[in-house]
Amino acid sequence: MNRLLKHREIFLFLAILLVLVLVTARFPRFAQPGNLLTIFNDTSILMMLALGQMAVILTRSIDLSMASNLALTGMIVAMTNAAFPGVPIPLLIAGCVVVGAALGAFNGILVWKLDIPPIVVTLGTLTIFRGLVFVISGGAWVNAAQMSPDFIGLQRAVFLGLPLLSWFAIVVALLFWVLMTRTPLGRALYAIGVNPTASVYTGIDVGRTKFYAFVISGAVAGLCGYLWISRYVIASVEVAGGYELTIIAACVIGGVSIAGGIGSVGGVLLGAIFLGVINNALPVINISPFWQMAISGAAILLAVVLNARGERRKGRVILKTAEGV
Amino acid sequence: MTDTSLHRSLPDRLDKPLKSAVLSWESLLVLVALGIFILNSFASPYFLNAWSLSDLTFNFTEKALIALAMALLIISGEIDLSVASIIALASTMMGLALQYGADTPVLVMVGIGVGIVCGAFNGFLVTGLKLPSIVVTIGTMSLFRGIAFIVLGDQSFKGYPKSFSWFGQGYVWWVISFELVLFLVCAVIYWVLLHRTNFGRRIFAIGNNDVAARFSGVRVERIKFILFCLTGLMSGMAAVLLTARLGSTRPSIAEGFELEAITMVVLGGVSILGGAGSILGVVLAAVIVGLVTFGLGLLNVPGIVMTIFTGSLLIVVIALPILFRMWRQRA
Repeated sequence: MNRLLKHREIFLFLAILLVLVLVTARFPRFAQPGNLLTIFNDTSILMMLALGQMAVILTRSIDLSMASNLALTGMIVAMTNAAFPGVPIPLLIAGCVVVGAALGAFNGILVWKLDIPPIVVTLGTLTIFRGLVFVISGGAWVNAAQMSPDFIGLQRAVFLGLPLLSWFAIVVALLFWVLMTRTPLGRALYAIGVNPTASVYTGIDVGRTKFYAFVISGAVAGLCGYLWISRYVIASVEVAGGYELTIIAACVIGGVSIAGGIGSVGGVLLGAIFLGVINNALPVINISPFWQMAISGAAILLAVVLNARGERRKGRVILKTAEGV
Repeated sequence: MTDTSLHRSLPDRLDKPLKSAVLSWESLLVLVALGIFILNSFASPYFLNAWSLSDLTFNFTEKALIALAMALLIISGEIDLSVASIIALASTMMGLALQYGADTPVLVMVGIGVGIVCGAFNGFLVTGLKLPSIVVTIGTMSLFRGIAFIVLGDQSFKGYPKSFSWFGQGYVWWVISFELVLFLVCAVIYWVLLHRTNFGRRIFAIGNNDVAARFSGVRVERIKFILFCLTGLMSGMAAVLLTARLGSTRPSIAEGFELEAITMVVLGGVSILGGAGSILGVVLAAVIVGLVTFGLGLLNVPGIVMTIFTGSLLIVVIALPILFRMWRQRA
């Protein structure tokens, strides 16, 4: 299984390389280090969100509310900054993570204590959170002029040649790598996805672990709320509308199995970068941005077909002759 | 706490008819619908008026048509998130056909035909290639609407003929719109299909245990394929109605319809895990969603705030019976 996963990551890496080579063949400036770093920076938020989503999908759940959570925490932090420009930015970021985690915990509680299927819960909170953005803002925007220079400037500050936004992604990715491969919680997330019944017998509290997964995805969405708003310097109701699907797409392309239990931090990062490279390449090779949606749809379908070949479970094969009508 | 799929069970004895009818999910929905209806008529003096009530039906008929087929699909244990994108693609293709001088019957056939083809594509990926329907339809959701964006960009198609507009704006008799009649006819057809035919029983069998169903001789893949095609067909029909009603096509048409259709299905008592549900429940849930959005509209509540209500309704209606059961077990 491990070799297979590595195989997929190499495959994905080659696919990204192929796109880079093809585009660079016509436009040599595309693959310059500076531009590659820009693509990485552009993709940072998607990478973090996809990692949070992976923690949830591993447990056979799904979090459709991440983009709405991002929009809501983003609006809260933007309004806070506009009203009290003096509040230090690190405090605001911490606040974002807490608010995001609380929203995630709301999802998690419903899944854990009431046993409501995650897709129903997050379908509901998807609309509720976004509705709340309108309620607290009254439909108004918070624009660049209302935000403090520090608020906007922090993620653009350069450290060791990289903007802080990229460093956020790197640190979050490292944290996720440690969580997934070096902690009992990480193991539990995988175990639940592979076999929930067996997990119960090994002493894992399935409901509580799912709850933690939702808190994690919520906290990431909250952090990205600040990063998104300060990057695009506008907070409105429409922020990241429909982005939940892009997040899931990055996971699926990165080899995360929607059936749970399969996925790696490296794969998800590559999945996000793949989408980022495609999005950056389209304008360069003069394809209308309207193609973007169809291309990412096709990429998802292709990735699912490839994933399925690797993860088909052997137990099902018994019935093949019975169904081969 | 174990996985939810583990403690699903079939009753070995059915409740007495009267008692189960009174305590059923459907009667709860009727009460909720009546309650909202009464609240609405107190909240706004414009509500109790034949034309207001007729307008109300336009709020839900298109989504409810999709919800009927979606209910069958969810009962069988699958889901289709691409329905709104099918509407967008079907509507775009109708607009294209219009540019080539198609008349009304051709337009309708194009809309419904595109719907069926899209549904069959989903069905093939899920049953033929054995892929999980949730990811497949997230993919086709992007793909179908993506094609609409490629064709239309930031443009729109307009100028549909008058005879075509009738499908979305016409009335069969007095205040009874064509959309409403079509929805009621379809509801009866789907009720018969699900509750009175072998095909319907097989859908329940697949949803409860597809392995056992397969061993009992049910052609699981074929039935699921048909259900995806039906969902596509209903989406195509909804595309005809919506395009005719709006009189124009933009690539962003019907955004968010999939969530509302699924909300209706789940609110109607269909188990999201498959294997249980009724058409009557879905129809009632559609009426409730229509009543809520229309009532809030009369009170000048903005659309985005309404979504808070539908979202909360979804969670509360699912959570209440569970809380009630937990409370009874503790007592």
